Amino acid sequence: MTETLVPFDEVLEKYDPAMGLEVHVELNTNTKMFCGCPATFGGEPNSQVCPTCLGLPGSMPVVNAKAVESAIRIGLALNGKIAEWCRFARKNYFYPDMPKNFQTSQYDEPIVYDGYLDVEVEGETYRVEIERAHMEEDTGKTTHIGGATGRIHGADYSLVDYNRAGIPLIEIVTRPILGAGAKAPQVAKAYVAALREILLGLGVSDVRMDQGSMRCDVNLSLAPKGSGTLGTRTETKNVNSLRSVERAVRFEMSRHAGILDAGEAIFQETRHFHEDTGTTSAGRAKSDADDYRYFPEPDLVPVAPSREWVEELRASLPERTADKRARLQVEWGYSELEMRDVWAAGALSLIEATVAEGASAQTARKWWMAELSRSANDRGVELAELGVTPVQVAEVQKLVDAKTLTDKLARQVFEGLLAGEGTVSEIIDARGLAVVSDDGALGAAVDEAIASQPAVAEKIRGGNQAAAGALIGAVMKATGGKADAKRVRELILEKLA
Amino acid sequence: MPEITRDEVAHLADLARIDLSDAELDHLAPQLQVILESVASIQGLAGDDVPATSHPLPMTNVFREDVVTPSLTPEQALSGAPSVEEQRFAVPRILGDEQ
Repeated sequence: MTETLVPFDEVLEKYDPAMGLEVHVELNTNTKMFCGCPATFGGEPNSQVCPTCLGLPGSMPVVNAKAVESAIRIGLALNGKIAEWCRFARKNYFYPDMPKNFQTSQYDEPIVYDGYLDVEVEGETYRVEIERAHMEEDTGKTTHIGGATGRIHGADYSLVDYNRAGIPLIEIVTRPILGAGAKAPQVAKAYVAALREILLGLGVSDVRMDQGSMRCDVNLSLAPKGSGTLGTRTETKNVNSLRSVERAVRFEMSRHAGILDAGEAIFQETRHFHEDTGTTSAGRAKSDADDYRYFPEPDLVPVAPSREWVEELRASLPERTADKRARLQVEWGYSELEMRDVWAAGALSLIEATVAEGASAQTARKWWMAELSRSANDRGVELAELGVTPVQVAEVQKLVDAKTLTDKLARQVFEGLLAGEGTVSEIIDARGLAVVSDDGALGAAVDEAIASQPAVAEKIRGGNQAAAGALIGAVMKATGGKADAKRVRELILEKLA
Repeated sequence: MPEITRDEVAHLADLARIDLSDAELDHLAPQLQVILESVASIQGLAGDDVPATSHPLPMTNVFREDVVTPSLTPEQALSGAPSVEEQRFAVPRILGDEQ
């Protein structure tokens, strides 16, 4: 198979992209989907398992009420319809990540159907239609041992930990997203970002893409421009950051175009995304093995959410994201463009939480959108995954407000936080970052600066206030940059008045 | 009348990871055909007023509160495993079936 990549702009001259996004969300319930084992992350291997999630004979699953409630709330927040009656189904396949030899899922009767989510890219709104969202269970974690790469191919054997098997999952599936053209990669990213924001607001999941509690599969195909048809698709699995969603779409568009330009056919297969290079490689071929022989799960009775329950849940939904965004823009006094940037950076919730901790909207925006966005970019991670919390940002800003830190020193505190040097106060102590605010100590440094540069002092006495810069510089140097420049200037002008 | 071909039996055997010889396929295909025919005669008895039924009990919404119950210990969980390593189930290598 040729692997010629066509430059992105040239792809668009000849082809229309179609995308389909499948997002798996692990719910943050206390227990698993069908048994009372803890659904927490990070336990000792095989310490959170029981006969039900191990698929031992005679065990019987029972549905977690909270998981159904979360599924319905997600459906309502995505403008979806809630099934009046639906069943679970067995998806039969042989792979040791499920000890039962089937995954309990839903087939043609998902609990949520016909929803949509409006997403915005560069001021333009795209409606992403959601075909369905269904309930299922997560699989166990396999580790491949031996072989050259540790990946599955070439492995000698595999080790399985079933702690994750049975954790409630909601899979949210879009209809084909058409007509996004050049914006396709951004629309894909914006959709996953908007979905993440909604799930965060609902409080139903940790939605940590880096930890796998939210995972995205990207389906992509190209069709000849204007043909209105759908081409053969590939499915890139487990794309695990917002940035990667965008990159995976972009890469697959270029790769597909290369194959089609050469007159060859796209091979329908799953692809693995490589975070380091931004490329994909061939995975499993779609084949007969995808015949999962679904049938209704006989051990679980149907789920028929009463309309009263659904309406109760609808009434208790948090504010819609679009409404919230509009409200906060007014409350915070941001311009349209500022708000758009904040939204695109995934900083809305972060700024909201920072403001809730006492920082002003302007200072919260300044730290998240300048300093911290830059750090996130440098590291290739999302702002929310940077490791700096809204509480910390608010704490630092409080110290700036109290003139204990200058902006410059505050930036060093953030450096320390990113380097994992401890809490805000530990970093200030360890790095000796507190501002010299004692007028006595500052006064001595100012006197020294005046004495060492008499010519400059004379100019200032003569009314040339701009000359104070040289003396301020000397004081800042003498205090190791820990003085408040504004206060130093005041002191100099007072003394030379 | 539903019909099951020898090819379909081979396909199902493949999906179920059952290695069947040609002789076994020749033998099993007609037998499965007889079973299908028997089920079909029952299907013939059901009129349009009888809906397809997966769950005979008139029950829905059997739920459990989201409350943690004790799990097995890792030792108990792994006690029936043919092979254990690093407190995990050790299984033969699998190629090409990753989900």
